[in-house]
Amino acid sequence: MSEHLPALLVVVPLLLAPVAALVGRWKVAWAVAAAACWWTLYASVSLLQRIRVEGPISYELGGWVPPYGIEYRIDLVSIFVAIIVAAIGAVTIPYARTSIAKEVEEDRGPLFYAAFLLCLSGLLGISVTGDVFNVFVFLEISSLSAYSMIALGKDRRALTASFQYLIMGSVGASFIVIGIGLMYVMTGTLNMADLAVRLPEVADNRTIPVAFTFLTVGITLKLALFPLHLWLPNAYTYAPSAVTAFIASTATKVSVYLLLRFFFTIFGETFSYEAMQLDMVLMPLSIVAILAMSLVAIYQANVKRLLAFSSVAQIGYMVLGISFGSVLGVTAGIIHLFNHALMKGALFMAMGCVMYSVGSVRIEKMAGLGKRMPWTMAAFVGGGLSLIGVPATVGFVSKWYLVQAALEQGSWAIAGVVMVGSLMALIYVWKVVEVAYFQEPDPDHEIREAPLSLLLPTWALVAASFYFGIDASLTADVATQAAETLIGGIQ
Amino acid sequence: MTALGLFNYWAVIVLMMVGFYTLIARSNLVKKLIGLNIFQTSVILMYVSFGKVTGGTAPILVEAAHAEEVGETAEAVGGVGAEVVEAVEVAGEAILYSNPLPHVLMLTAIVVGVATLALGLSLVVRIKEAYGTIEEHELLDGPS
Repeated sequence: MSEHLPALLVVVPLLLAPVAALVGRWKVAWAVAAAACWWTLYASVSLLQRIRVEGPISYELGGWVPPYGIEYRIDLVSIFVAIIVAAIGAVTIPYARTSIAKEVEEDRGPLFYAAFLLCLSGLLGISVTGDVFNVFVFLEISSLSAYSMIALGKDRRALTASFQYLIMGSVGASFIVIGIGLMYVMTGTLNMADLAVRLPEVADNRTIPVAFTFLTVGITLKLALFPLHLWLPNAYTYAPSAVTAFIASTATKVSVYLLLRFFFTIFGETFSYEAMQLDMVLMPLSIVAILAMSLVAIYQANVKRLLAFSSVAQIGYMVLGISFGSVLGVTAGIIHLFNHALMKGALFMAMGCVMYSVGSVRIEKMAGLGKRMPWTMAAFVGGGLSLIGVPATVGFVSKWYLVQAALEQGSWAIAGVVMVGSLMALIYVWKVVEVAYFQEPDPDHEIREAPLSLLLPTWALVAASFYFGIDASLTADVATQAAETLIGGIQ
Repeated sequence: MTALGLFNYWAVIVLMMVGFYTLIARSNLVKKLIGLNIFQTSVILMYVSFGKVTGGTAPILVEAAHAEEVGETAEAVGGVGAEVVEAVEVAGEAILYSNPLPHVLMLTAIVVGVATLALGLSLVVRIKEAYGTIEEHELLDGPS
């Protein structure tokens, strides 16, 4: 059984999804989904332990030898991302039980959990597969289920947000599949390790740069790099709270992983950064993302929307780290991947608590919430501190690495950009804190603290964001090793 | 000559641009979906063109094995001239297959395309119910 763990990691949630849809009663469906989520967490953690001892795992799906068959190739980078996805899934699912029951019509409950499991298995599949076409298939599984989950939001604008995401997401996925096709036609292989060997032989042909370009545009659309982020703010704002918390901390992260995988493992650092000058594209865009999106976030009246724009800015930090192309820069990117998942998960969950008790997340409705919902708002402040990058939070660790990576390149200006971004984060977090703590609550409205079933998952993420902020040795170790594997190519 | 020889790829580019333009320029959500579908179809055509080998036949194993068998028996029996040559020719031609893999990949892509279209259309139905319109400019201007 443990031998087949790489496949089971993906297959178990995939098979339990129709079960969850068919059982009919939403409580049973929830139990099925929860079992699947916790199983994936267990599987991914035990895979991590195996990889740390034995090195990368190669699993032949159906016994077909790679490169002919589909290979699941799990190295440290893949499992790191898989653990993020599985852990966020495992924390979101108890949260979803209360939150979804309130925000989604009851008869749609089982279908929601089915979509949730499909999304989970798609995201896990992307992170473990070693076959580029398989990446596309899993990408579509996760995206299609994400569109349908976003459309479940009660606000009718959730529908248009979902539609917009569907159009842009499908175009992005088609671009990726065109890029994969062009790589295939030049090399005759779809296996990532095989591609990495064969691509340099044909790199002079113009088809390969074209494939590279299509992939770059497709992936940056999926990870919502400015200016291809237009689908993100509405999708995050109007989706049910649990969905926002899950997708915000996993979907874009997995796309960042794809970026790393394609540009470092498959094309190789030399081709991406020297021949194609990827950094000349990614660096300016990510700097604009950090500055412009933080600025836009400051002016939002809807806190979920504010956090969504902040997400685009934070993705800017990750891509900025990657655009350095150095071990330290990629380490910073990977660490921020993990850290941002924790803090944005916590923040969106806190907003879900507000949504549950208040029924709105507009900033003016949150007056005096610090007194009425002390635990929720304290969690928001905790996550917010991380977003700003206060020492002893995960946000500080990310920014520490990022600034180091910038200084290593001798670029004081970029270190300055990171600092300015943090200051802007201070402004938009403060805006919420000020309303919640320094304004008097509306005496006519009776607002109670959110139930424990919502607070516990929220606080689990907040606690994790402080824990990994104080003791960053584990994440920093794994991220550094992962960055070294990526830059050194496939070992 | 080469330009005409690449007819398939010209078709791919034209379809892709038609689809992409429709997707961006049209305000009607159903038309947008049709544009998306044309765009995805062009990708399918592109892959299928990749798989085509000039003079290649459909990749079915049985026929080739049979042809080789015929060739071998003919040789074993010591049959002369035309018979052997013909059999070997059949074997030779049959061995030149078109690449089946891109076609198989596109089966998956077709399924994905159908699923996307179905989800998109069902969203359009819901949007029509909620807003009373499926014109994008009216959706954006309407009361929020």
